[in-house]
Amino acid sequence: MEFFLISMLNSVSYGLLLFMLSSGLTIIFSMMGVLNFAHASFYMLGAYFAYQISGWIGFWPALAIAPLLVGMVGMAVERYGLRTVHKYGHVAELLFTFGLAYLIEEAVHLIWGRSQVPYAVPPSLEGAAFTLFSTDYPIYRVFMMAVSVSMLIGIYLTLTRSRIGLVIQAALTHPQTVETLGHNVPRVFMMVFGGGSALAGLAGVIGGNAFVTEPGMAAAVGPIVFVVVVVGGMGSLAGAFLASLLIGIIQTFSVALDYSIVDLLAKLGITIGPDAPLAVVWNLTISQTGPVLPYLLMVLMLIFRPKGIMGTREG
Amino acid sequence: MNKLKYRPLNLGRWLVWGGTALVMIVLPLIFTSGFTLTLMSQIGVGIIFALSYNMLLGQGGMLSFGHAVYSGLGAYFTVHALNLITDGAFYFPVTLTPLIGGVAGAVFGVIFGYVTTKKSGTTFAMISLGIAELVAACSLMFSDFFGGEAGVSTNRVIGKAFLGITYGPSIQVYYLIVGWALICMMAMFAWTQTPLGRMANAVRDNPERAEFVGYDTHMVRFLTLVLAGFFAGIAGGLSCINYEIVTAENVGAYASAGVLIATFIGGAGFFFGPIIGIIVFFTMVTAVGGITQAWLFYLGLLFLLIVLYAPGGFASLIMMHVPVIKARLMRRLWLPYAATLATGMILLTGLISVVEMTYRFSTEAGTNPNMTLFGFAFKVTEGVPWAIAAGLLVGGFIVSRFAWNAVGRAWGDIIHILQEREAAA
Amino acid sequence: MKLTFPHVLLAGLMVSTLSAAPAIGAETVKIGYIDPLSGAFANVGEAGLKQFQFVADDINKRKLAGDVKFEIVPFDNKVSPKESLNVLKNVIDQGIRIITQGNSSGVAGVLIDAINKHNERNPDKSILYLNYAAVDPDFTNSKCSFWHFRFDANSDMKMEAFTNYIAKDPKIKRVYLINQDYSFGHAVARAAKEYLARKRPDIKIVGDDLHPIGKVKDFAPYVAKIKASGADIVISGNWGNDIALLIKAAKDAGLEAPFYTYYGGGIGAMTAMGDAAEGKVKQITEWHANIHPNKTEKFANAFNAKYGGPPANISFYYLRVNNEMYMLANAIKEAKSTDPKAIALKLEGMKYEADTGEVEMRATDHQLIQPLYISTVAKAYHNPKDPKTAKFKGTDPEVKYDQEDSGYGFKTDARIEAYVTAQPTSCQMKRP
Repeated sequence: MEFFLISMLNSVSYGLLLFMLSSGLTIIFSMMGVLNFAHASFYMLGAYFAYQISGWIGFWPALAIAPLLVGMVGMAVERYGLRTVHKYGHVAELLFTFGLAYLIEEAVHLIWGRSQVPYAVPPSLEGAAFTLFSTDYPIYRVFMMAVSVSMLIGIYLTLTRSRIGLVIQAALTHPQTVETLGHNVPRVFMMVFGGGSALAGLAGVIGGNAFVTEPGMAAAVGPIVFVVVVVGGMGSLAGAFLASLLIGIIQTFSVALDYSIVDLLAKLGITIGPDAPLAVVWNLTISQTGPVLPYLLMVLMLIFRPKGIMGTREG
Repeated sequence: MNKLKYRPLNLGRWLVWGGTALVMIVLPLIFTSGFTLTLMSQIGVGIIFALSYNMLLGQGGMLSFGHAVYSGLGAYFTVHALNLITDGAFYFPVTLTPLIGGVAGAVFGVIFGYVTTKKSGTTFAMISLGIAELVAACSLMFSDFFGGEAGVSTNRVIGKAFLGITYGPSIQVYYLIVGWALICMMAMFAWTQTPLGRMANAVRDNPERAEFVGYDTHMVRFLTLVLAGFFAGIAGGLSCINYEIVTAENVGAYASAGVLIATFIGGAGFFFGPIIGIIVFFTMVTAVGGITQAWLFYLGLLFLLIVLYAPGGFASLIMMHVPVIKARLMRRLWLPYAATLATGMILLTGLISVVEMTYRFSTEAGTNPNMTLFGFAFKVTEGVPWAIAAGLLVGGFIVSRFAWNAVGRAWGDIIHILQEREAAA
Repeated sequence: MKLTFPHVLLAGLMVSTLSAAPAIGAETVKIGYIDPLSGAFANVGEAGLKQFQFVADDINKRKLAGDVKFEIVPFDNKVSPKESLNVLKNVIDQGIRIITQGNSSGVAGVLIDAINKHNERNPDKSILYLNYAAVDPDFTNSKCSFWHFRFDANSDMKMEAFTNYIAKDPKIKRVYLINQDYSFGHAVARAAKEYLARKRPDIKIVGDDLHPIGKVKDFAPYVAKIKASGADIVISGNWGNDIALLIKAAKDAGLEAPFYTYYGGGIGAMTAMGDAAEGKVKQITEWHANIHPNKTEKFANAFNAKYGGPPANISFYYLRVNNEMYMLANAIKEAKSTDPKAIALKLEGMKYEADTGEVEMRATDHQLIQPLYISTVAKAYHNPKDPKTAKFKGTDPEVKYDQEDSGYGFKTDARIEAYVTAQPTSCQMKRP
């Protein structure tokens, strides 16, 4: 019971962090059709900015300033990069962000060096929030969940209730009409891209110290974020939310399952010896494969339901 | 992609092929060092790999992030085959073992390809990424087949020498690679002329219309992928003979990313584009990488500049001059080009200085501030070199803008003249 | 300067800092340092390079190798086995006859193989390979080579030392293994099970996890599993982020069990783990800054004074680099030759009085037999009289130095003598 509850909490908090990361990507994709390969790089920038700023003026100002800075970087990227390649189509945009990811990583190497930086959880958020049976549950994880949920609500309200949200939604489907009405559509796109980047930056601020802040962190989370967006359904925010939680649960609980196909068949009365063909495959336990299950899920999803869980369009 | 047209250079096609073969054969006689031979062997294998990738990206319009899966698995099957031959399990000439890799690549093309090619565009890109991640993860999990971290090693020298060929010395391996590279290049070029190759172009440009005409776009993409897998597998097999070892990096993400970058830099729209791309790419990795830590930065920057300003790659930059040369209008371009070159050199000097100094500053400002750049020795902690470097960068940027604008105007005139001539004719 | 294709291309573009001239004078011996200097592991390669250069300077200054001077020539192999082969060809082209490498057993295996083939085909241009960190036991057993010398204890020797220490503690009843799912991780898990079964059959292995290397972002589920198993201690061969993330997750969940690690004090790990490691992470090394007596103290301080500052914060870490270079200098002096074969014959069986006691390069398998230390992370000592320790918070004067400017250092638990760590070898060395 203890293990189940703790694992459930772990999977939800991990899933929520994944959602923070993927929400920006999803919004950008649904508004602009751009699959941003450098999205995880903005996550990394968020962590590094927060590390730098919290060294100067503390964690709480960094929590606000770092995402804003990342957002500004994002806007600059859209204005001076993406807008130029937009005319060559989505594949060119994808390639542009692909190259950008390389460049951001090298820039991080240049500025902050190649090692990890000591970006630590602030003292006020250290320690256990509560103890479940005998396991401590850290305050910081609770804080992560709180930030993530409030961000979800914030996005929802902005998109559905605010004026700018309505303009964004309109610009998505009827850009010309919106333009005739006097709105600057390219600027709207720029702000959407900046906003999406800022969300990734926010995830970096609170993920960077929960895990490790180092130049490889973008490459480490990049693929998994794509998995979330694809499984959830390209461009669907609700889908991304469900997919994040689903992947959080899969990854957390698969670790606990030390069963392999051999064990399963043994229950059914079939025995496979160690000499059987492909014995390695049958002996692989689920816990061993845990971290690659999301990719398997993604491939299966693309084969059988390319729309994703909640998606409305294919590809 | 659809803005680029393929126009075969019928004039002197034989000259081009013969020249390529001659260059590949003669080069090692001029540059005799072992290091250069290594680089050229890499380039030879890379050419096959990049051309096979371009069957997908350039001819088929499929952006793949996982092409190394096919070459890597081909390499693994070749290495196991070589080891079995050594053990005497069966007989097969070493010269032809890349075919085993090719068949393996094609078989995996069939397995993965059928589902991945249902859609092109972003979906295809994503699914190829997913499969690449899966295979890469498996390569570390199943160490019986993949050899784990250490990889699987082999010995390419098997049995008695045939006509003095043992494949022991690397020069013999180089010529083996050249032979395969020429055959594969011709085969892939011939493929672009076949109905299937043409249909791949059609499916790339307008899948709906191709479907209306009665072609199964899925099938066309699928067959293209299987063939691309076949040639990638041959490249993998050759790389296995070249290095006598296959490791997990053969199927890894960096190999896939590398071929994508190389192909795009060279130009996906032209058959010979990837060849240029591979040469530039390996020169960056091996030669520039040997000189400076910042090679990855330069490579990334080059890639971004190509994506932004020359999405057709180097090949399109070359090919756009063909009509100009034919119309005898090049003289209008020489002056602006010379100006661009001169000012560009200033900009490049400034850029290299700033980047190299930043790298040095960030890694060892306190311990070893002395550095030499372009023959000047200075301390990276002093202000003056920074001021000069920054001045070169900014000044170079400003003056090269002028030169660049002049190039733009010259091109505008040329296009205008060409259009007028066309209208007159 | 030899005319090579890429150099022609680049000649006008950059002034090369690398001279391709084949120069092996009687005076200067070049040592090719082949390790990652760009990309994700560049910090590790960079730290090693600094140590080699520092000790080479020391040898040159004190003329430890007689008239011969050492020069370290760095080569970037991007931790790729294939790229390492290209680099090796470059090294051979430049006439460099001694190489050293350490990061990744994958690379080391490839190099041993390639050097064996090269030396067989070109006996007059043989290459000597000094391995300072690749710990796969195979290299001094089934794959042993005359041309390869290992100055680090291999993973089995380290496990022998760990299990000796564990066996003495009767309170340890339940052991959990968590390792990366590749050859090294498998070797650690196998050795732990085998040695514990031999020394303490009553100890139960309550978990044996293998996770994909570098793919796990959140270790909380693994920690929950460790906790549920009721393990007394955890043994892990994880390195890089995989160890840092594991330790952080353990701290978050309030897991009490200590971690017996191979690379808990590895380069960058302390920075990443921060205070999560205190009292919980044990490491096994040939040296750390707070051993007693510490004959390397002055040398390490001089190194740290030069390289310890930001941004890199490199701390002296590899005593074995010193051992390697000093022994090489001795061998050259004794052999009166810089020929790799002559050096190798002198290195074989060489005994050397290292800073931690006598070490021996075992002739049968070219494995250095040396004493090892088990140590635990502790707060560095705050000495009120020493302003340099102002930001330290510890109270134990034994923990005099911290690592990587983190405020945490290591405190010795036990010293394992050299003869205890020695393992039988299956090596059947072919000598030229």
